[in-house]
Amino acid sequence: MSEPLVIDVHGLTKNFGPKRVVDHFDIQVPKGAIYGFLGPNGSGKTTTIRMLCGLLTADEGEGTCLGFDVRKQAEQIKEQVGYMTQKFSYYEDLSIRENLDFVARMYRLDRRKQRVDQALADLGLADRQKQLAGSLSGGWKQRLALAACLLHEPKLLLLDEPTAGVDPKARRDFWDEIRRLSAMGVTVLVSTHYMDEAVQCDFITYIAYGKKLIDGPSSKIPEMVGLETWRVEGPELARLEDRLLTEPGVVQVARFGTVLHVSGTDKAALEATVERLKAEGTHRWSLQVAGLEEAFIYLMTGARDNFAGDGGKVAA
Amino acid sequence: MNLGFSLKRFGAVLYKEFIQMRRDRITFGMMIGLPIIQLFLFGFAINADPRNLPTLVEMGDNGPLSRAVIAGMQNSSYFAFTGAVSGVGEGEEALRRGTANFVVVIPEDFERDVVRGNKPEILIAADASDPSATGGAVAALSGIVNVAISETLTGPLAQQAGSAPFSMVVHREYNPEGKTSTNIVPGLLAIILSMTMVMITAVAIVKETERGTMEMLIATPVKPLEVMLGKILPYVFVGYVQTAVFLAAASLVFGVPFEGSVWAFFLGFNLFIVVNLALGFLISTAAKSQMQAMQLSFFTILPSILLSGFMFPFAGMPGWAQFIGQAVPATHFLRVVRKVMLKGGEVADVTGELWALIAILVVISGIAMLRYRQTLD
Repeated sequence: MSEPLVIDVHGLTKNFGPKRVVDHFDIQVPKGAIYGFLGPNGSGKTTTIRMLCGLLTADEGEGTCLGFDVRKQAEQIKEQVGYMTQKFSYYEDLSIRENLDFVARMYRLDRRKQRVDQALADLGLADRQKQLAGSLSGGWKQRLALAACLLHEPKLLLLDEPTAGVDPKARRDFWDEIRRLSAMGVTVLVSTHYMDEAVQCDFITYIAYGKKLIDGPSSKIPEMVGLETWRVEGPELARLEDRLLTEPGVVQVARFGTVLHVSGTDKAALEATVERLKAEGTHRWSLQVAGLEEAFIYLMTGARDNFAGDGGKVAA
Repeated sequence: MNLGFSLKRFGAVLYKEFIQMRRDRITFGMMIGLPIIQLFLFGFAINADPRNLPTLVEMGDNGPLSRAVIAGMQNSSYFAFTGAVSGVGEGEEALRRGTANFVVVIPEDFERDVVRGNKPEILIAADASDPSATGGAVAALSGIVNVAISETLTGPLAQQAGSAPFSMVVHREYNPEGKTSTNIVPGLLAIILSMTMVMITAVAIVKETERGTMEMLIATPVKPLEVMLGKILPYVFVGYVQTAVFLAAASLVFGVPFEGSVWAFFLGFNLFIVVNLALGFLISTAAKSQMQAMQLSFFTILPSILLSGFMFPFAGMPGWAQFIGQAVPATHFLRVVRKVMLKGGEVADVTGELWALIAILVVISGIAMLRYRQTLD
């Protein structure tokens, strides 16, 4: 990669008691990239992000974040990282302005009043600056949180499920902002559950059980997963769906509106099944380029939850 | 359809509540363990009719009658003679420092005066700043002495025994009227400060963790010491305001004197506030929610009330309870306040208490710092 690496860590491992939450995790994030961090609940995404910004100390592993040692130079990393927590973590009993002002003081920023004024204006909250943060809706809280962690002009943004519980319009606006920042050279590592957000990332890494399953440019992910997908249209899709799941070669059936996407990893077996069903003549079949969405549904169904038991059968 | 009360639903709620109760370890421990601990601790420790009160004696006369009086007092178990003094100053000093509750002065030529029928006086100086501690002993005094006399004055002297051959004069020092409010009011400052300081600090810190704002704080370059000092200092100010209000009320409403050195009071009071804040900080490292912080703070308040000598005389507690009481910061601050306000104590009179508070502070903040971490591990 031509761009310098902003995050470059190897073998990051964290145990909470006997439970290994993150297991030898590697990640290389180039400058200015939007790196999507995906995985089911409890897969270790939050723990990894916390280790990257110095909130947690890794038990094993090493590497750098913004050129600083992730295990020893947490102080320096904190100065240049903007971390947005999963849960709203500003003071609900302080006003919007007071919150921004407090954060600005934490980073000992110069021109504090100007910066806070500017942030309020950018947010469009200048006339509501005296309102208590606790009275804001979910979408506004998220915007305030983003503004607060951008105040010190960080070079790296770590966003932990930033759009959870936010309406679609606010999510789109949020992503516009993320892309704008990325264009300005800010590196963004963002964890998410939403596929429409994942497709906006330049790179994607998928983690389950604390282990990395797949990592690469988002355009190459479907190929790496190796799915073959057929598209089916026609009547009584629900019944067809149940039937397809028992057929050989079919690994996954996903419904998108009025069509089904039928996928499998064994090309030949899937094709044989499709040919047989095509002959019945009830549905229209067409071969489809496998997209990111199928790939993620495939990855996610393979590793639904870290507590569901052994899910090692998912392979990239 | 049954719209009435459902036993099954009720049972489900009941069952769920028990599961939650069991999972909340601290609360569960408090519900079961606390009453038991407190019952035993306070049930055995508290004694409203204290015995074995440290007493000094100034023997102006060493005859058999003097010794009989002293032996009688000792046998009554109210008085425990811990030493002899010579001269008034030494006894006064011991009373002010609190090393003795009584000083018994047997005048010179006591025995000769008794035989001659001069009716001499035995002086008993009692520390009445805590009337409940010394009251019982003083009340028992005349009975004790009568027995001693009748056993010793036999033969030709027996007739002297009948008509009170000498008298016991009790001087109630520091609180001549034996007013309870004079004793209780200065002590209340220790209790009020412990209650508010410990609880407010603990809750204020736990609030950050509970609401998730601590994660944001730790993610900024702010240092733990900056957070701690910044969070704690406002409550030091609260403590100052409380003390000012208290001092005004003590003087204007209750007529409690302020005899001693302001400087001694100021030192003790600041030290005590810091100890309480450290204790609150320590609690905050253990509590997971504001509710738990409140419960744990409450746990520290009971010993402050019951074992510090605030409500029941410290000297009346058994040795092990006094040992625990020594570890309670309020015990020492209470002594500082009583000594300074009632007994006119100077800095030199309270150095023992100040050192004790410093020792407690070092231990508490040491443990708290070990428990507090800058990261979330």
